[in-house]
Amino acid sequence: MIRIIAILVGLGFAVVALVSFGVGAYTAATDDAPDTHLPYKHPQDVNYSFDGPFGTWDYGQLQRGYKVYKEVCSACHSLKFVAFRNLGELGYTEAQVKAEAATWTVPGIDPNTGEASTRPGEPTDYFPKPYPNNVAAAAANNNAIPPDLSLMTKAREDGTNYVASLLVGYQPPSEELLEEHPEAAPGPGLYHNVYFPNMNLAMAPPLTSNGQVTYDDGTEATIGQMATDVAAFLTWTAEPTLVKRKQTGWPVLVFLLFATILAWFSKTQIWSAVKPKKTKA
Amino acid sequence: MSFPWAKQYEPSNGLTKFLDEKLPVPRLVYNAVGAGYPVPRNLNYMWNFGVLAGFFLVLQIVTGVVLAMHYAANASVAFATTEHIMRDINWGWLMRYAHANGASFFFVVVYIHIFRGFYYSSYKAPREMIWLLGVTIFLLMMATAFMGYVLPWGQMSFWGAKVITGLFSAIPLVGEPIQVWLLGGFAPDNAALNRFFSLHFLLPFVIMGVVIMHIWALHIPGSSNPTGVEVKSESDTVPFHPYYTAKDGFGLGIILLIFFTFVFFLPNVLGHPDNYIEANPLSTPAHIVPEWYFYPFYAILRAFTFDFILPAKLWGVLAMFSAILLWFFLPWLDKSPVRSGHYRPLFRKFFWFGLIPCMALLFYLGGAPAEEPYVMLSQIATAYYFIHFLVIIPIVSQIEKPEPLPYSITEAVLGSDKKAVLGENTQPAV
Amino acid sequence: MADTAATTAATTDTQVETATGEFRRRDFINVAAISAAGVGGAVVLLPLISQMAPSKDVLAESTTEIDVSAIEPGQAIKAVFRKQPLFVRRLTPEEIAKADAVPIGDLRDAETLAERTKEGHTDLLVTMGVCTHLGCVPLGAAEGENKGEYGGYFCPCHGSHYDTAGRIRKGPAPTNLLVPDYEFSTDTTILVG
Repeated sequence: MIRIIAILVGLGFAVVALVSFGVGAYTAATDDAPDTHLPYKHPQDVNYSFDGPFGTWDYGQLQRGYKVYKEVCSACHSLKFVAFRNLGELGYTEAQVKAEAATWTVPGIDPNTGEASTRPGEPTDYFPKPYPNNVAAAAANNNAIPPDLSLMTKAREDGTNYVASLLVGYQPPSEELLEEHPEAAPGPGLYHNVYFPNMNLAMAPPLTSNGQVTYDDGTEATIGQMATDVAAFLTWTAEPTLVKRKQTGWPVLVFLLFATILAWFSKTQIWSAVKPKKTKA
Repeated sequence: MSFPWAKQYEPSNGLTKFLDEKLPVPRLVYNAVGAGYPVPRNLNYMWNFGVLAGFFLVLQIVTGVVLAMHYAANASVAFATTEHIMRDINWGWLMRYAHANGASFFFVVVYIHIFRGFYYSSYKAPREMIWLLGVTIFLLMMATAFMGYVLPWGQMSFWGAKVITGLFSAIPLVGEPIQVWLLGGFAPDNAALNRFFSLHFLLPFVIMGVVIMHIWALHIPGSSNPTGVEVKSESDTVPFHPYYTAKDGFGLGIILLIFFTFVFFLPNVLGHPDNYIEANPLSTPAHIVPEWYFYPFYAILRAFTFDFILPAKLWGVLAMFSAILLWFFLPWLDKSPVRSGHYRPLFRKFFWFGLIPCMALLFYLGGAPAEEPYVMLSQIATAYYFIHFLVIIPIVSQIEKPEPLPYSITEAVLGSDKKAVLGENTQPAV
Repeated sequence: MADTAATTAATTDTQVETATGEFRRRDFINVAAISAAGVGGAVVLLPLISQMAPSKDVLAESTTEIDVSAIEPGQAIKAVFRKQPLFVRRLTPEEIAKADAVPIGDLRDAETLAERTKEGHTDLLVTMGVCTHLGCVPLGAAEGENKGEYGGYFCPCHGSHYDTAGRIRKGPAPTNLLVPDYEFSTDTTILVG
């Protein structure tokens, strides 16, 4: 009895699924739905020092990227999960971190009146937000809220490369693209970018000229260089423990391999008493 | 129950004698996973996954309790405390990555464990209760994993909570009130997050309880084995310890090597980038999918797109829940006198060329975008899924002519069994 | 292991052979495997224990700047330093004299007032507001609070009396109120930490 019911239920679900299939197939065959996928590009692969299982930070690059963030991105984008003290991990000394923190203005309280005021940053402070709240951020940016950058490279597929590519991907839409996808033309207040999934975004090109940032280490600040440097910096902000994680992984895996080999020998030896021998005696 | 030849626990010193008299925990362990539990000698590596599932349950509880020490279940700080764990807590990143990937590995080993059960028909008498408890564990795991994924309060957490509780809104009449009741509001917020955290902390211990019953029920008939032939005599078994403790130790080493490769070198590949964006009730991610271990059932949910008598939404929800609940009935759907797929030629063909490709396809399609040809493929795979379990299995088990079984496990391992040679019992009992 | 290789149909039926024969190598491998598991388990304890230690943000040293110009002699203020109360007290000349009059040998924790203040600012006593007995906040900083038998601070939890220099005089506390690291950033402000 139970099997008869089961067969009926099974056929029931199967029939309904296949009806859905039939309807879908018919629609697909008769309807000439336009392709709504825009041909945006996948990010270019750049080699970074922290790539791969043995990757390490390139402090020079991180410090350059920090400077790009400070002088360009921080005007609109917050970095709320990072504190100035964390800059110590980029190879700055304690005194440098303190001095660097003091160059930022953070919200504070007037000690006598308790009213909101500002003060120079301390190492324990977090990076200040450029806008007091989302409404202010939207109002100042044509209704598009600039996202926080702390986790940006983890929040996008292939994030480090995506950030670097996006920063250099601004260009006017090509003729062929507009012919095929007229909707890919940038609307008012939008900028065309071949790496952005819907090809137009509200952020104006932030890196506009070579030498926009003056690097302390003498590296030539081309747009491409600044883009990769800030992408590297944002990889660090997204996961400051990335290198430590990889460096912890190796001893763990080596030890486990050793322990597993021992376990294999132990298991073989224990089982040798009851396993029929197929090979030479 | 145990086999009459099972070794008896002998307390050796004053302390163990005292314990054995007052609270015989050592005896319990000895009889459960020690030398006092005789196990078929022919178990292959597919039988490692039960112990491995137990290991991952413990790993999840340990890392989960640690994370709960630092996490705060409040919508305004949940995302920030998760980042606090990643950045400032000593080894917090390791704990969180181990917990997140631990969930995936728990599901990997449990899926293998379940499909081992399908192939060797481990659900058959006298082991129906073990199977029922096992399916219950799987359902509890799914609930726990879902609620755990909500806790970081990223975009996928938020929209996952919204979409999954939305499943209940498909129920006619009472659906909408049920969804509101589940969430404690009209959209996921503090109320939902707090209750999910509470239940996410509670359910693993419920799972632990059901696991204990699962193992208890297992010890009544004893473990099944790849031939499906029941244990007949002492030569068919070896004591669990040291034979299977050693084998499971080796298996654990292998799985840990893979697990830690993920934790240390690929910690985010099984997750989704959108969950590193803080929850935003005003914007849905472009491509919303659950965690990979829900993909097959998510694919079944999305396969129903046409209002056929009932609304498509209700069909999808019914089919998704039925897809798992039908496992409860397997012991009574499969009437074949033979257990192991090794000796069932037709069943074996449907398993390898029907069920496995169907599941692989559903796993793939559940993560694919909701567009053609993926939807059409998932409709075919869904139809096969139901036909396999509810039509093919009952019919095949009736019409199939099984291949000859070995007389005993001993014969299967060694090529001959003295008892069989003596002609004590020429009819293979199953 | 050639001896056990003869595990044939004839012999296995009687009894599964356990490792009883050879000793050295088998035991060594098993002991090594179990030891490796033990070492692994012990190493796992390391992160499990250290995760409960203060996290990086808690350990990050913070400093507190306090304007002391408004504190009149005989008054004290309570500030917050690293999530704990900090007492800043302007001593009156009588209080200074009282503190200096105590024979150093009578003290449980021998320190002079000069040692507990900064040069040129002996009238400004900066101490943690944390009783050295079990961590309660002593009374005496706010106006009208019980200052104890020695006119300094009094801890109501277990009855520790501190004198005008914040030194323990009576009761269970073992040491004087702690003077944190601080410096005068200007003549009227101090930077603690």
